[in-house]
Formats: sequence, structure tokens, C-alpha cells
Amino acid sequence: MTATKRLGKQTIKLQYPPSIVSTASIVGKKEGEGPLSKYFDQILEDALWGEKTWEKAESKILRETIIKAVTKASLSLGDIQYVFAGDLLNQCIGSSFGIRELEIPFFGLYGACSTMAESLSLAAMTIDGGFADYVVAATSSHFCSAERQYRFPLEYGGQRPLTSQWTVTGSGAVVLSSKENGPYITHITTGKIVDLGIKDVNNMGAAMAPAAVDTIYTHFEDTGFIPDDYDLIITGDLAQIGKNITEELLQEKGCNISRQYNDCGLKIFDNKKQDTHAGGSGCGCSAVVLAGYLYNELTKGNLNKILFIATGALLSPISSQQGESIPGIAHAVTIQNTLE
Amino acid sequence: MQQNFTNQEYAKYVQKKSPNSPIIRNIIIAFIVGGLICVVGQVVSNFFKARGLSTEQVAGATAIIMIFLGAFFTGLDLYDSLAKYAGAGTIVPITGFANAIVSPAMEFKSEGYVLGVGAKMFVIAGPVLVYGIIASIAAGITFFIIGIK
Amino acid sequence: MEFIRAFIVGGSICAIGQILIDKTKLTPARILVLFVILGVFLTAIGLYEPLVKYGGAGATVPIPGFGYALAKGAMKGVKENGLLGAFTGGITGTAGGIAAAVFFGYIIALVFNPKGK
Repeated sequence: MTATKRLGKQTIKLQYPPSIVSTASIVGKKEGEGPLSKYFDQILEDALWGEKTWEKAESKILRETIIKAVTKASLSLGDIQYVFAGDLLNQCIGSSFGIRELEIPFFGLYGACSTMAESLSLAAMTIDGGFADYVVAATSSHFCSAERQYRFPLEYGGQRPLTSQWTVTGSGAVVLSSKENGPYITHITTGKIVDLGIKDVNNMGAAMAPAAVDTIYTHFEDTGFIPDDYDLIITGDLAQIGKNITEELLQEKGCNISRQYNDCGLKIFDNKKQDTHAGGSGCGCSAVVLAGYLYNELTKGNLNKILFIATGALLSPISSQQGESIPGIAHAVTIQNTLE
Repeated sequence: MQQNFTNQEYAKYVQKKSPNSPIIRNIIIAFIVGGLICVVGQVVSNFFKARGLSTEQVAGATAIIMIFLGAFFTGLDLYDSLAKYAGAGTIVPITGFANAIVSPAMEFKSEGYVLGVGAKMFVIAGPVLVYGIIASIAAGITFFIIGIK
Repeated sequence: MEFIRAFIVGGSICAIGQILIDKTKLTPARILVLFVILGVFLTAIGLYEPLVKYGGAGATVPIPGFGYALAKGAMKGVKENGLLGAFTGGITGTAGGIAAAVFFGYIIALVFNPKGK
């Protein structure tokens, strides 16, 4: 048996495109004060949400988001055959402990901030392959748990450079089904690791941009699509600097996406008012923008075909202390309302 | 397809694309806030001097009070808000040293009082003690060898 | 007058720190280490003492002042106890500060919790 669903080097075209039947998003207070406020299902006043630690809070956010998404699809947890989820914490404890009580077969993923597109890709492939009818893809991140792992204690008096990004507190979950009528996941371009030697952990956007460029360019080469086929091309968390670089580098390669290009890290915060510097980041960033804003616009018909590219910086505090550069990755998923 | 950029070229390009910190503004704020913290130190020091403490006692007592203030304002969630603007103005004074000790102690309380608070207390400020003490011993030994006047 | 001098000396030391943060790749932790070693060194060659005489708390409150106290203690220790003093002097001279940091650090951590941002 040969692989018949492949297109070009890195892309697959799903034969039985699964539908997104529901989504849910729960975010922190700061995200709730941002421009996308009205698209989220729940905004938390307290970053701990009644839990004792930031990690427990993150797990709870993920768990409640998954339950909400499943409930919105009028399903019960028992109907879900797989959950693909990941987060930023060491050994992915955010997801494992969040999903612990749900009793759903679980694949834990780590793709840093690219995890939402990674989980969505694998969930869609699982359905397309005929292995499941209902699958959940979800990710989470929490500003407070990420800060203490990657940077400094919350009360430490440091100054964040203008290139730095703000980890989103929140979780987004998507329920995919083999039934229903869209929005469909039709194409998946899986990215390869690209590393152009950036070492500055306060400039993740610049470290990830080359990976985004590579994946977007490869996606168009593989599928034969052109940028104007899309209503929106949206990267995960490149923020201001990474977005500018991506746009410019693609332009140099003769691929002009500036008309329909945006970035979740820029959509989620008002950088000037909210003091978030370059923009948002974290697994939760692209997840809540997809589950909140993008899904809403798709179902309303304001958007009909989008390319969702979550971007990840595959570093750890240990690797950067050892002087390693930051490897970037980006996975692209095509979501559209109708099938050609 | 990435290969039309070498790492060096990309680093240069990224630098051009990245906004620089507003350095003049940062320096001015650091100067003012750092200076003011030292003025507070002077007030405390004068207070102890007026109480008749010796020079060494004044230095010790002032350090204790300044470290208390730094620790207390960290606990109140105020030190980091000031530091966001003041940068080195809040990092360099001894109050910043206190902040660097208290903030991880608070943060890692969730991992327990021994392996959290106790062990993580010096995770940021520890190097200052390590290198300061080594340097002072080196200076002492040097003085011992060359003979102190 | 002494307040103005403390303000200017202390402010200048912090301003130098800010230049190092913004203009070099040095992290704040490295700058503090650099400053404390510099404080020890300048004291040892006799250059920090005049700054303390002039700037008062402006020179002793910033972290190089911690190096100054360490070095002064070590030198005093050598004078009084010879080689043993090289080891005991530095910490003796800064004992109050170090003990206060541990003590208040612990107490504050008991009483307060970090706030979510």
C-alpha cells in the first residue's frame, strides 16, 4: 500500500476531511481585557482559579476547556475516542494532569507553541484514517507557570526588552468529527525544524520566523494554492518582529501574503495599552485565537478559507544556558467552510 | 530554501528589524530611581549615626534596613512594578539583591519549605555571594602576601 | 548636601548598570556579579574608599558597595588575624546584610504569595 494522500514534499490532502464541530476557550484576565475579549467562552478573574499552584491552575483550565468544548458539541466525554494535547511545562504536566480524570485515550504532544497545529494535524489524520469519529485537540499555557519555568519568579524586578513576548494564560480545545458539514480541515503541511542561529530568548519571534517562512512557502509549492485562495493566513505567535520578518522574507521569495496575513500574537493583545511589548505567545495563544475568534468568523462566514500556522520555539532553559540556538518549527493547517 | 541566508546575515537582519530599548529614557529613570534609593539609604544611615553607632555598626544596620525594605516591597507586589520602569535603578541597589532573594523564595514556596523556599532562595542572588566572597578572600590573601601597611 | 551627593553617586552607578543591560548581551545576574567583583577590586586598590567618603550611601547601597564591605572586612581581618582573617573577614564585615537577606527572605516568603500577572 502506498501513501495516496500526499502532496509534494511535506503536505497531505485529507481524503475524508473532518469537521470542526465545536470549540471552547478559557482565558486569563489580561487576555479577557484584550481586543478579542468577546470571542472567549470564559474569562478568569483569578489566575489561580481557586487552585494552590499555577500548574494546577493550568491543568484545570485545560480540563474545563475540553469539557466545555465537548458539551458544546452535545457530546459526552465518553464519545471522544482520542485527545491530542500538549503544553509548555516540563514533561507536559499541564496536559497530563488536566486530562487525568477525563478517562479519554490520550496522546501527549510537545511542539512548544506550535502544539495547537500539531494536535489539530494528528487529530485530523486520525479521523481521516478511519481510526476515530470524535477526537479532541487542545493546548494550554499559563503566564505564571511559564515565567517560573523559563524566566524569573513573578515578583522578580526585571526589565523585559521590547522584543519580548507575553505568554498567554488560556486554553483552547477543538472537537473534530468524521460527520457534520464543516468547517473542514482539508490540508496539512507539517513543518521541519529550521534554525538560523538566533540565541536571544527575548526574541522568539525572530527565532521562529524562518520556520514559518519555510512552512508557508512549502505549503504553496506543495498544494499549488496561491495566497489569494485564502481569506486569512495567520501565524501562531510570531508577534510584531517575527510577523514583519516572515512577511518580508516571503515577499523576497516572490510570495506576497501581506493582504491576508496576520498573527495570533498580535490579535490577542493591544500591545500599546496592555504593555505586552512585541505581542502574545505560548501554546494557548494560537489555541484560544483559533477556538475563539477564528472559529467564530468561519462559522459566521466572514472567513471561508484560512491557513492556520502555529509556530514553536523548541528550546529549554537548559539548552539556552548551554549556549544552544533556538530551533523553530511551524505546522500549517488549512481550514475551510466548503469542499471543492 | 532557507540557505540564501547565513546565520550571520540573519542575525544582522534581525537586529535591524528589532526595536531598540529606549536607552536614554532607561538611563535617566535608572539614575533617578537608583539615586533616590541611595538617598533613602543616606537617611537611614544618618539616623543610626545620630544614635551614636560606630561607622561599622551604621553600615551593618543600614544594610539590614535597606534589605528589609527591598524584601517587604517585593512581598507587597510593588518592587517588580517599579523595576519594570527603573531597570538597573532597582536591580543594582542592595534592595534589588533582597528582591532577587525574596522573589524565588516566594515563587517556589509551592515546592515546599525545604526544597522550595530553602533551596531556591539563592537561585538568582547566589552568584553575587559566591563571586563576592571569592574575590574578597583573594584580596585578603593578596594583602597577606604582599603585606598590609 | 550629602543627600545630593548620595543621589548623584548612587544614580550614576545604576545608570552604568542600565547602559550595560541595554548595550551589551549581559544579563542582570552577570552585571551584579561584575559589579560586586569590581567593588572588591576597587576597594583593594584603594579607589572605592574615596567614593564612599564622597557619596556616602550613594556608594555603599549599590551592589559594588557590598563588594566594598566584603573587601574592607577581608583587609581588616588580615590585619587582625593574618591569613585566617582573609577567610573570616569578608563575611564578618557583611554578616548583617547576608543574615538579614536570609531572615527577611524567609519571613516574607512565609507571609506573602506571588501575585498572578
